[in-house]
Amino acid sequence: MTDLSLNPNAKAGGAPRPRLVRWREPSILPGFGLSLGVTITYLSVIVLIPLIGLAIRPWELGLAGVWRTLTDERVAAALNLSFSLSAYAALLNAVFGLLIAWVLVRYDFPGRRLLDAIVDMPFALPTAVAGIALTALYAPTGPLGALAEKVGLKTAYSPLGIFIALVFIGLPFVVRAVQPVLQDLDREVEEAAQTLGASDWQRIVHVVFPALAPALISGVTLAFARAVGEYGSVVFIAGNMPMKTEIAPLLIVIKLEQYDYAGAAAVGLAMVIISFGALILINTVQLLLARRGRR
Amino acid sequence: MSAAAAPTVRLPGIAPLLLLGAVAIMGGLIILPLLAVFHDAFAKGLQAFFAALKEPDALAAIRLTLLVAAISVPLNAVFGVAAAWAIAKFEFKGKSLLLTLIDLPFSISPVVSGLVWVLLFGAQGFFGEWLMDHDLKIIFALPGLVLATILVTFPFVARELIPLMQDQGSDEEAAALTLGAGGFTTFWKITLPNIRWALLYGVLLCNARAMGEFGAVSVVSGHIRGETNTLPLHVEVLYNDYEYVGAFAAASILASLGLLTLILKTALEWRHAGELGARRRH
Repeated sequence: MTDLSLNPNAKAGGAPRPRLVRWREPSILPGFGLSLGVTITYLSVIVLIPLIGLAIRPWELGLAGVWRTLTDERVAAALNLSFSLSAYAALLNAVFGLLIAWVLVRYDFPGRRLLDAIVDMPFALPTAVAGIALTALYAPTGPLGALAEKVGLKTAYSPLGIFIALVFIGLPFVVRAVQPVLQDLDREVEEAAQTLGASDWQRIVHVVFPALAPALISGVTLAFARAVGEYGSVVFIAGNMPMKTEIAPLLIVIKLEQYDYAGAAAVGLAMVIISFGALILINTVQLLLARRGRR
Repeated sequence: MSAAAAPTVRLPGIAPLLLLGAVAIMGGLIILPLLAVFHDAFAKGLQAFFAALKEPDALAAIRLTLLVAAISVPLNAVFGVAAAWAIAKFEFKGKSLLLTLIDLPFSISPVVSGLVWVLLFGAQGFFGEWLMDHDLKIIFALPGLVLATILVTFPFVARELIPLMQDQGSDEEAAALTLGAGGFTTFWKITLPNIRWALLYGVLLCNARAMGEFGAVSVVSGHIRGETNTLPLHVEVLYNDYEYVGAFAAASILASLGLLTLILKTALEWRHAGELGARRRH
């Protein structure tokens, strides 16, 4: 570990002399080589090598084969269902998340801290448990499912059931993204707006909401990304009918059961690429929005 | 926390309505399902509940779940500390790329996190034949379950520690080193006490996910009863066999684990707010 204890005086004093471009700043702390070595080795073994395997495998089918796999009726229907329901769920969570964050931050009521803690339940509850619990509630025999049936809605074993599970799984992402920003919102800005005669609603629309928008977008994006890949809480309530209520992750499982590794990898790779594309797109929008807000 | 008397927007007129809406959403989506688990677990009485948990398959599933977590969580904790040390204490090129890569597993579907291991080590995977020739089993066995769990829970500890250690800087460590302490002593006596609550917080979340993971583990397990079924998979198998009391009894154990995690997590946020990463301070 000789390279670890670089001279701490390197920066101070002395005439500046030409030096090779350094890829790291000097530090008197030890352990850089060891900790970075462990990090990169572990990262490679657990994340990078497996993902490279995922990226390579589909192409044994050839470009045409991959295209045929992904445009196969059943696969296309599943991808379409997963991505569109996830988007709808994330949008509804924008409303629900804002509402819950607002209530938790702006009102004081008995049980507020309990409600606050429970928001994280979808993170803490194993997904399979959430899946069978939601199914028990929303199945035609369950209390909420029976209620919905009276007004003519089929909840479990339909796209609506999948939608409910995706809203469940995404809710905490939005609340936890918006809540801290709402809490730290500069009170003086709101006061200034009030002094200038803005009504409550004007202040919300023109002052509070623009300040929350970047956090809201990032929360919604996280909820969307999580929903696209979600499996455990969805498979039980979905009913899993081909072409109708079959989600993309389930299709990967089915293809693996048929030993169609390349096909499974093609669907997996498509999911990874589409969700990363969506994440990058939304991050760009958010960046532009933040830049506009600063001006 | 919430504003005292200052004139922030509060919409007093519709406050009860908003509050009711929030409670209804949380009730229908979170609280009622949780109650349903316990209700259905005890639907046929205490005796049926305990009988379901005393079954050999259920006990084997509980043991396997504990074993998988006992291997995966410490490995990810050690990695988290190492990654946080490298990233928070040093300046080097490519750091933001490294941070992105560490967060990567969070944006991958759990099913894909299981799939990648099958592609490597499954019967028709890259190393499938070699493993078969040497009589080694990874998929449909413990190593596969551990690998899938590690991948899914990979970022938990690291992402708790990195922001905290970045906030804390390295002045204290530098002082200790200047006074002649060795590198290991400095870490043990200075850094570790500074990060212990955040480390515990990360381990707590990592463990909850490791024990409750379903999708990734489901792909690599093969669902062999009594052998490769973790507790969440045991729930699935029983549920699909219409053994609802058994399924919900096992689920209630997992739900209790979730509740316990939530309680400990909230306690840490309240009591040690200053010693957790900034975004954990409520």
